[in-house]
Amino acid sequence: MVEAQIPSPPAPQKNSAVLSYLGFLRRATGVATDGEWYFYVWMIVLSGIALVGANAWAQQVRDGMIVTNMSDHVSWGLYIANFTFCVGLAAGGVMMVIPAYLYDDEEMHQVVIIGEAVAIAAILMSTLSVVVDLGRPDRFWHLIPGIGKFNWPLSMLTWDIIVLNGYLLINLHIVGYLLYMRYLGRKPNPKWYIPFVFLSIFWAISIHTITAFLYCGLGGRPFWNTALLAPRFLASAFVSGPAFIILSMRVMRLLTDFHFSPKPANTLIRIIRVSMCVNLLMLFSEVFTLFYTGGSHASSAQYLFFGSHGANGLVPWMWASIVLNIVGAILFFTPAALRRENTRIVACLFCIVGIWIEKGMGLIIPGFIPSTLHEVVEYSPSLIEWKVTAGIWAFGLLILTLILKLIASVFSYDLSRKISMKQNVVPEETPATTSMPVETT
Amino acid sequence: MSDSNASLPIIDNPGVNRRRFLKTAGATLGLAAWAAAMKPLLDLTPEVNADEFLQKHYRELTPEQKAVVFKRLEEEAKAEYDVDVTISDPPPMENVLFGYALNLSVCIGCRKCAEACHIENNHDRASNNSYICVFEMEKGGIDFEKGNATYDHPVPAPGKYYMPVQCQQCENAPCVTACPIEATWKEKDGIVVVDYNWCIGCRYCEAACPYHARRFNWEKPEIPAEEVNPDQSYLSNRIRPQGVMEKCTFCLHRTREGRLPACLEACPTGARVFGNLLDPDSEIRWVIENKRTFVLKEELGTKPRFFYYFDE
Ligand code: SF4
Ligand code: SF4
Repeated sequence: MVEAQIPSPPAPQKNSAVLSYLGFLRRATGVATDGEWYFYVWMIVLSGIALVGANAWAQQVRDGMIVTNMSDHVSWGLYIANFTFCVGLAAGGVMMVIPAYLYDDEEMHQVVIIGEAVAIAAILMSTLSVVVDLGRPDRFWHLIPGIGKFNWPLSMLTWDIIVLNGYLLINLHIVGYLLYMRYLGRKPNPKWYIPFVFLSIFWAISIHTITAFLYCGLGGRPFWNTALLAPRFLASAFVSGPAFIILSMRVMRLLTDFHFSPKPANTLIRIIRVSMCVNLLMLFSEVFTLFYTGGSHASSAQYLFFGSHGANGLVPWMWASIVLNIVGAILFFTPAALRRENTRIVACLFCIVGIWIEKGMGLIIPGFIPSTLHEVVEYSPSLIEWKVTAGIWAFGLLILTLILKLIASVFSYDLSRKISMKQNVVPEETPATTSMPVETT
Repeated sequence: MSDSNASLPIIDNPGVNRRRFLKTAGATLGLAAWAAAMKPLLDLTPEVNADEFLQKHYRELTPEQKAVVFKRLEEEAKAEYDVDVTISDPPPMENVLFGYALNLSVCIGCRKCAEACHIENNHDRASNNSYICVFEMEKGGIDFEKGNATYDHPVPAPGKYYMPVQCQQCENAPCVTACPIEATWKEKDGIVVVDYNWCIGCRYCEAACPYHARRFNWEKPEIPAEEVNPDQSYLSNRIRPQGVMEKCTFCLHRTREGRLPACLEACPTGARVFGNLLDPDSEIRWVIENKRTFVLKEELGTKPRFFYYFDE
């Protein structure tokens, strides 16, 4: 389903491009669904969780959104929180490409395709998070431009729909094209993917900015109504995205034949260091403005950090997030983080969870508490909401596993030939540009 | 079908047949599990039918199509609530712009308006829903932070005054801008309405409204047959489906026919004034011209058409 939308590049040999591409898809499916026992266990567990989520969602559609703990006071909850984080993840994965091209860092190019894979999975997750949040998913077609009624350009949500789908297509194209060329043993023609890579960088920034505009454009919600929201979104995306890529690379290095040079991960860690500082600095400056000035802007922050009117449901969340973020940042600054040890893994996990809370529960929920008329009605997700969200994550990881597995197989097949000749030499150049029978169109 | 010079390594794997078999079996099992997981969808209420699904946006329906839709909705009400209702569709009147004003010196916080709204607009009985929230406020300021909408004691309480809040029918309505599919819009007479058969239930408008004026149908509204108000209109008080947004419409099914909103008729103190802002002789114009009226959250630029005032 994922690969089906990739446009096929021009025919390389005698058989038609379509046939060849179909063959590629067939084998890709075979490879992506083949593996050791632990691969099957992993996939079965993920499928199980996804099924539990699907079942919970079906119940929600049948019985109404009453099965969630949302209310007219807190009308968005865990789903939109998760949506916000996933958009950041999607953007962060691809923005890593910026240093690769800006500084012409050849080795970073290797990371590009992983980032795009993460982006694809994350976009699917964010789209699903919006779909499960709809009261009437059966009317989804009203959102399709042309046949529905698209309130563009006024509604920020329509912008978001456009940029998210566009982003998905761009990344599917890039990943699909690079893999296909690799599979054919041909050098990818820069004309076919470099412009798209640049487009996707620009696009990555736009998806996260527009998602921030979704909230900060609402004048009635002082907690969101700050110009700092979009920059803060970007800064945290620059942390969660690379952190996720580092985790993916570690898993691939341990479980597949795909070999990485250690350098790109270190570049990523340097990026994380800077962005995490910027993120914490902006958080601090926002907290300062809120509490020093006080007023209606501060009441949400008061509730978020310290509780108000005897209600303090978010306080443990927020402090957990701050501790995780700070400890994660400190770990990233230790020299051990630059070695291939577990420090960086722990640091990545801390920052990912910390940002998930900060950009999710810690950002969406306090926008509604206190309500626009200063009523304090609390919210904590219901079991159904947790199940559906877990299901979405399981589905996202499933897709990510398949894509990464495909990447590993396509790339390591060439690599393994090369390595057997060179006796375990870790390739120094990026796979996309090495070991190719040079044959450009 | 070996069609390429670079093949992937699984092709000559001897275990490939057993694997393929296992995979097929797994895929079949998976499909069955999916079907089981999605089973609750089969019990969906009958109102999700093909006609409902394909129905166009209200503003794109021809008069003939509207007649068909209204008839279907009446039949659905009969089938689901066992009541005979009529669904009308009064158009906005020419040269009319509705406005509402409320005298805070007079309001005693009895919540009769909220109750009338509950009944008039066919709200879900269990949740005791209403488009009006009455806030008990502390004298000496207009500070909602010190307000309380859930008071439960005899009124009026000493040192307090009461402030009913409902949709302000903003001229610059942020809810209308927010909606991604134009399921909510402002009519010519200034009333912001929702097409309950077009709304997808994303609740973006609810997040956008600064006055907590919107209500979502978290579940299917339940009303005993004898309590249903059968005098309904498409854009206002007909029984809403599950999963869509709703809001105050200044009772347009009444006011567009020259009657007064239910909340005004129910108010025992005469605190409420309703009328046509374009008519220089109307009572509402007199209030605006002679009283020092104010609107809520003026700084947001929403330009409400709901005015508050105190007697001097
Ligand atoms: S009060 Fe709220 S619902 Fe009513 S028009 Fe204004 S923004 Fe829309
Ligand atoms: S809930 Fe309905 S009316 Fe409100 S923004 Fe969403 S689609 Fe529009």
